Amino acid sequence: MSKPLPVVDYLKIPEKGEPYLEGYRCKKCNATYLGERNVCSKCFARDEMEVIRLSDKGTLHSFAIVYRSFPGIDVPYVSAIVDLEGGGTIKGNLINIEPDPDKIEFSMPVKVIFGDALGRKDKEGNSYLSYFFEPI
Amino acid sequence: MSNVYVMGVDMIKFGRFPDRSVPNIGAEAALMALDDAGLGIQDMQALYCGNLGQASGMVGQRILQEIGQTGMPVVNVANACATGATAFREAWMSIKAGMYDVVLAVGVEQMGKGLLGGAGTGDGIPKEGLLGSGTMPCVFAEAGMEHAKEYGTTFEQFAKISVKNHHHSTMNPKAMYQIETPLDDVMNAEMISYPNTKLMCSVNVDGSAAAVLVSEKKAKELGMARAVKVRASAMASDPYTDRDLVMPDVNACTRLAAKDAYEQAGIGPEDVNLVELHDCFATAEMLHYENLGLCKDGEAGKMIDEGHVELGGKVPVNVSGGLLSKGHPLGATGIANIYEICTHLRGEAGKRQVEGAKIGMTHVIGLGTACGIHILEKTS
Repeated sequence: MSKPLPVVDYLKIPEKGEPYLEGYRCKKCNATYLGERNVCSKCFARDEMEVIRLSDKGTLHSFAIVYRSFPGIDVPYVSAIVDLEGGGTIKGNLINIEPDPDKIEFSMPVKVIFGDALGRKDKEGNSYLSYFFEPI
Repeated sequence: MSNVYVMGVDMIKFGRFPDRSVPNIGAEAALMALDDAGLGIQDMQALYCGNLGQASGMVGQRILQEIGQTGMPVVNVANACATGATAFREAWMSIKAGMYDVVLAVGVEQMGKGLLGGAGTGDGIPKEGLLGSGTMPCVFAEAGMEHAKEYGTTFEQFAKISVKNHHHSTMNPKAMYQIETPLDDVMNAEMISYPNTKLMCSVNVDGSAAAVLVSEKKAKELGMARAVKVRASAMASDPYTDRDLVMPDVNACTRLAAKDAYEQAGIGPEDVNLVELHDCFATAEMLHYENLGLCKDGEAGKMIDEGHVELGGKVPVNVSGGLLSKGHPLGATGIANIYEICTHLRGEAGKRQVEGAKIGMTHVIGLGTACGIHILEKTS
């Protein structure tokens, strides 16, 4: 079994230790981005980005419960927008919760967890590591 | 700079025309708008053509190959769901710049059925259903739920918007559908992405709309009786907001364009008699009552509950039936809503006529993000 690949380039899988999400933060204005970049689209500063490790804790900003998706995708699932502690917003599946609007609370604390990408493999047969959210 | 007038404008009845080509569908609306203006293709000095599905397919030139190859300059534009409004605005700008006196704007689209959007595949594996959903019903559901979080907006209130727009469309023979959808039907329809049910999603249709825009000099020459004045043409892209790159912010973009439009026209939201806004999903319409200043922040739910946005209300919204029932052929939508407003300002909207309408507004938003707003005024 070869090592799983990261589902997105900002998911980092170190040789030792736990996987984490990587952000880029503007040293001038503090805007936080996912993925590598050199220019800040908020304050337009160039070459002022620093690489940061994003928090694995956050709060649920918004969500939708998806009942109709593309063929082959299991539904229903919760598509969630999460604000991370200390900056950065990410989108992903909120799991380990009933997909019921009455059970999901805005601003509820969630944890970023890592796991296999629902069994999805690329053309070469590689497996992938993805991130998910779960209620704390 | 010359004032700009709409001298001719029309749209085809939206529907599904799988046996026709995109240019053929566009040509039909172009001829209708020319007829409405009492002009011919040989009178046009330029064509601005909006289409998304064949953005690299020279649709404008192919329309002229069907209705008259005069050699005029043609510009093809693509700007997501703001494509039609962008073509109209480019036409408007060419007259403002003093380049031309008579130009044609056409918007056309041929759509498949089914879901639009989806989290991109890129390299590796598909991300849809793994990193949330990029389908349009979900993206706009998330935007609506942000409003619910802030103001307690309910599923029922979102659903009422769809009831209203479907009701309006029963009076519009050019809408895809003319059917009443009572609240129970809307709320119990197949759930696509909560809180948007199938009846709360815009209809994918084929369609086209076109407008002949003229300078003031030309309008006086042709006669002002049915001319409609363009009081404002505004466009914005998404300004930086904290979550925009992950959760497209349709609010900030609309507010930016609306501010510009009101300033250009020298009016406020209270002066607007009717609005055709971008109800790609019922959740989206709710947001734009506030974004366009039709009510204060947090009062959008009240606007629909108290009937202010219905035909006969304070500021009727989407009396055409909107994208939810008239249909949403992406590239045509931005000119089709200009047709709707002009028809009311000309007093020719039949059963759905907004009585005494003097000023109307159109709004479209294309994710990515582009917002186009036009303010139109009756001239006679």
